Amino acid sequence: MTVGAWDAFFLVVHRELCLSFRRPEQLFQPLVFFLIVTTLFPLGLSLQLSALRDIAPGVLWVAALLASLLSLDSLFKSDADDGTLEQLALSGQGLTLIVVAKTCSHWLVTGLALVVVSPIVGTALGIPTHAFATMMLSLALGTLTLSWLGAIGAGLTIGLRRGNVLLSLIVLPLATPLLIFGAAATDRAISGTSTAGAIYFLAALCVFTCTLAPWAATAALRITLE
Amino acid sequence: MLQGVSIEVHPRELLHVSGPNGTGKTTLLRVMSGLLRPEQGSVTWRGQSIVQQRTEYQAVLAYAAHEPALKGDLTALENLHFSVGLKRRTSAAELHAALERAGVAACAELPARVLSAGQRRRVSLARVLAMQASVWLLDEPYANLDAAGSELVSELLQAHVEQGGLALVVAHRDLALHCQVRRLELNS
Repeated sequence: MTVGAWDAFFLVVHRELCLSFRRPEQLFQPLVFFLIVTTLFPLGLSLQLSALRDIAPGVLWVAALLASLLSLDSLFKSDADDGTLEQLALSGQGLTLIVVAKTCSHWLVTGLALVVVSPIVGTALGIPTHAFATMMLSLALGTLTLSWLGAIGAGLTIGLRRGNVLLSLIVLPLATPLLIFGAAATDRAISGTSTAGAIYFLAALCVFTCTLAPWAATAALRITLE
Repeated sequence: MLQGVSIEVHPRELLHVSGPNGTGKTTLLRVMSGLLRPEQGSVTWRGQSIVQQRTEYQAVLAYAAHEPALKGDLTALENLHFSVGLKRRTSAAELHAALERAGVAACAELPARVLSAGQRRRVSLARVLAMQASVWLLDEPYANLDAAGSELVSELLQAHVEQGGLALVVAHRDLALHCQVRRLELNS
């Protein structure tokens, strides 16, 4: 009996989560990086609380983007290295479904984890609690978008020896709008002004990448597999 | 890399692909699997290009590359569950049976990273068995196996062909099988 698309999707997500939890060092690396970088700023700069709040959105977003980027390299590379990517490509489920499931799993273990710990970081950076909801929502949208952008970059660079450097060069410029609007949303939430514009823009970017990136990443993977 | 290769393989037939290193044996298997698109020519399955019926073709295909393609952090059973489970609905009992047939039932709950090269090869053979595919593409299935393991591969190939399957096998050694074996020698 054949396997339906949803069953296949959840099977791949289950596989990815199993693999992530078997390698806790890889799982916690982006989180620890995020926590350390963001807590070093207030310690190193010795700023007043008001000045810290001014730079907090930027610090938070730069750290979140870099932390997400840390694990993007391994999105397809380990499967390509051990040959399991070929097995996935020949599974009869379509490479796009595999890409979608793997990217969603990546976001669950990195992006969502960053969102969950962001209130701790927000507190360390002096972000008021009333801004936490916007901060978490903007981070959720931003990290999901970054996972999709990263899937394209990871697909293009898996065959390269130092692909992680090229991956950063591909993804970071594309992530600039995320940084600008994500930091703006958090900044506006701190000051109590409307965050709708920035959030809508982030949501639009997220929908745009969710729609197109799976096809682009699939095409990139096919090129690499050939 | 490959030029002028034209082959036709029928059910109940095994094609033994051999030749010196670098003559394109693995490339041929990758082309036949659909992983690699030929610059010229085409691969057809039941009279239609495999590109046009990718899903149907992959449903009947079991491909075992030179690497065993196992995740070291997953157990042998989990490796089978996550790869065979994408192709067909299967049960743990069926996967256990495949591991047992391949002679690695005792390794079912061990992470693949602690298995020897021969055991990993046997697990990859168990995956081919569990897929219940009619088309087998095997790249050096005898690699890293002891005498008993090599005999097992021959038995499995013979049983597969006798049951109406077809197989393309890349191997440097001669295949002593009691079934219809054709040989394709690739030269540089």
